[in-house]
Amino acid sequence: MLTEAEVIKRAAAGKSYWVRVRERLLVDRLTLSVTLLLAMIVIMVLAAPVFATHDPTISSVMARLKSPGYEGHWLGTDEVGRDLWSRILYGGRYSLLCGVMPVFFALLIGGSLGLAAGYSGGTINSIIMRSMDILYAFPSILLAVAICGMLGSGIGNTILALTVTFIPPIVRISETVTTQVRSLEFVEAARASGARPLSIVRFHILNNVLGPILVYATSLISISIILAAGLSFLGLGVTPPDAEWGLMLNNLRQAIWVNPLVAALPGAMIFITSMCFNLMSDGLRSAMDVRM
Amino acid sequence: MWYFIARRVLYAIPILLGVSLMVFLLLKLVPGDAADIMIPPEAPREVAAMIRARFGLDQPVHIQYLRWLQSMATGNFGTSIFTNQPVASELFSALSNTFMIAIPAVILGFSCGVLLGTLAALNNGTWLDKLFSSVAIAGVSLPHYWVGMVLVAIFAVVHNVLPGQGMGPEGFPASWEQIKHLVLPVVTLSLIPMGVISRLVRANVLEILSMEFVSALSAKGLRTRQVLLHIMKNATPSALALMGLQFGYLLGGSILVETVFNWPGSGSLLNLAIFRRDIPVLSAIILVLATIFVVINILVDVLQALIDPRIRR
Repeated sequence: MLTEAEVIKRAAAGKSYWVRVRERLLVDRLTLSVTLLLAMIVIMVLAAPVFATHDPTISSVMARLKSPGYEGHWLGTDEVGRDLWSRILYGGRYSLLCGVMPVFFALLIGGSLGLAAGYSGGTINSIIMRSMDILYAFPSILLAVAICGMLGSGIGNTILALTVTFIPPIVRISETVTTQVRSLEFVEAARASGARPLSIVRFHILNNVLGPILVYATSLISISIILAAGLSFLGLGVTPPDAEWGLMLNNLRQAIWVNPLVAALPGAMIFITSMCFNLMSDGLRSAMDVRM
Repeated sequence: MWYFIARRVLYAIPILLGVSLMVFLLLKLVPGDAADIMIPPEAPREVAAMIRARFGLDQPVHIQYLRWLQSMATGNFGTSIFTNQPVASELFSALSNTFMIAIPAVILGFSCGVLLGTLAALNNGTWLDKLFSSVAIAGVSLPHYWVGMVLVAIFAVVHNVLPGQGMGPEGFPASWEQIKHLVLPVVTLSLIPMGVISRLVRANVLEILSMEFVSALSAKGLRTRQVLLHIMKNATPSALALMGLQFGYLLGGSILVETVFNWPGSGSLLNLAIFRRDIPVLSAIILVLATIFVVINILVDVLQALIDPRIRR
C-alpha cells in the first residue's frame, strides 16, 4: 500500500521514458508479430538438431532436386539430394551468426570511437572522423568483397570484413548523437560539479545516446544478413560442405532451370529474416521517438 | 560557392591517398605476393629473384607503395598476370558495361521511389500508404541477387520472354535484342534505390506537409497541383543527393547482380580477379571504383549546395 505522498510524487514524476516506450511497443501489433516470428526463427535455427528431419550433409543421387513433399523431404531436396529443410535450419545458424556478430562488434568498436570523438571534440574528433571518411570512400559491398577477397573465404573473415564495413556508419551516428547530448545543460552541470570525463560519459551520456545507436544497429543487422549471404553467394564466405543460405542459393543457381521453386527457397529465408529485422527496427524507432 | 567547391575538391586528396594506402595494405595482407603466383615452384632461385626485381617486389614496402601510387596516378594500371593484357583496357570496357545497367537502374529506382514515396505521404495512414510503404521496405530487405534469380526463373525459365544471361549481341547501335537483355538486370538493380529513396521521400514530404507554408499556399487559393509542386521542390534536393550516393553503391555493389546475370561488368571482373588472385587487376578495380565513389560524393555535395544555398557554409 502506497502512502498518499508517494502516489502524488509518482504521478508528478510521470512515467519514465522506457516505461512509455514499452507501452507503445506493446500496442504495436506489427512490431510484436515480427519480433515473435524472428524469435521463432532463432529458436528453430539454434535447435536445428531437434527440428531437422535429416542429416544436412547426407546426399543421395537418386533424390536430386525433388519438389516439396518428396518421400519425407517436406521442402524437397537440393542439387545433390540433401534435405532442404534440414539444410535451411543448419544454414540459418551461419546466416544469423554472420548477420548479428559483425553488427555487435562494430557496435562495440564503432560506438566507443564515436563516443570518444563526440565527447572529446577537437583533434581527437578530427582524427577519428577523418579516418572514417577514408573507409566511407568505399561502397559497402565493395569494401566487404575486397577484404574477403584478399583474406580468403571463411566465416571468420566474413565477420571481420563486415565488421570493418559497419564501423564507419556506427561511428558517424554515435558521434552525431554524442555531440548533441554533450552540449545539453545537465552535462555542463556535471562537469561544473567536478565529475571526471569518464564518469560523465558513463552516467550522463551513455544512457542518452544508447537508444538511437541501438535502433540504428538493428537496422544494420538486416543489411548484414543480406551482405553475409551475398559474400557466401560469391563463394567468399562460408565454405562447403557447411550449409549457409547464400551458399545454398549459389549451389542451387543452376537448378533454377530444373526446379525453380526449390532454388528460390533459401533466398526467401534471407528475405524474411532481413525484413523482420527491418520492421523491428522501424517499430523500435517510432516507439522511441519522443516527438511522437 | 567557388570556395565551397574548391574546399570540397581539396578535401578529396587526403581521402584518396588514404584509400590508396588502404588498398595497398590489403594487397600486402594477401598471403604471398604477385611473384609467388607467377613463378613456378621449380624455377631456379636466380630467375625468381629476377622476376621479383622486375616488378619491384625486392624493394622495401614504402618504396613499393610510392611506385605503385605513381603508376596508378598516371593511369598505368599494369598488366594482368593472368591474361597478360593491359589492365586499363579490360577495366574500362567492364566499367562501361556496368554503367550500362547502373544508369538506367538508378533513374528507374529514383522515379519509382519519388512516386511511391510522395503517394504514400499524401495518402498518409490509408491502405495505399501501407501498401507503398511495404513495397519500399521490401525493396530494402530483398537480397537483390535472389530477386535476380527469381526474375530469371519467371521470365526466362517458365515464360521464356526475356533473356536471363549475358548482354546479347555485340556492337553499340542498341538493337532490340540488347535492350531485352538489359531489362532484368536493370529492374533487379533498381530495387534498392527505389526502396531507400521512397522511404526518404515519404518522410520528407510528411515533414513538409506539416509546415506552415503549405497551409498558407492552400489558403492563398493555389490548386492542389500547384501546392504539390512547391512540396516537391522542397523534397527533391535530399532525394537527389541520395540518388547520387545510391548510384555509387550500385557501381560498387553490382558484383552480386552481375554474377547472377553473367553480366560482363566491373563486378564480374572483380570476382574473376579474386579467384585468379590477379593482383594488378584486383587493386586497379578497387581503387578505380572507390575513386569514382569519391568523385560522385563531391558532385552530390556541389549539386546540393547549388540547389540549397543553406548548405554552403
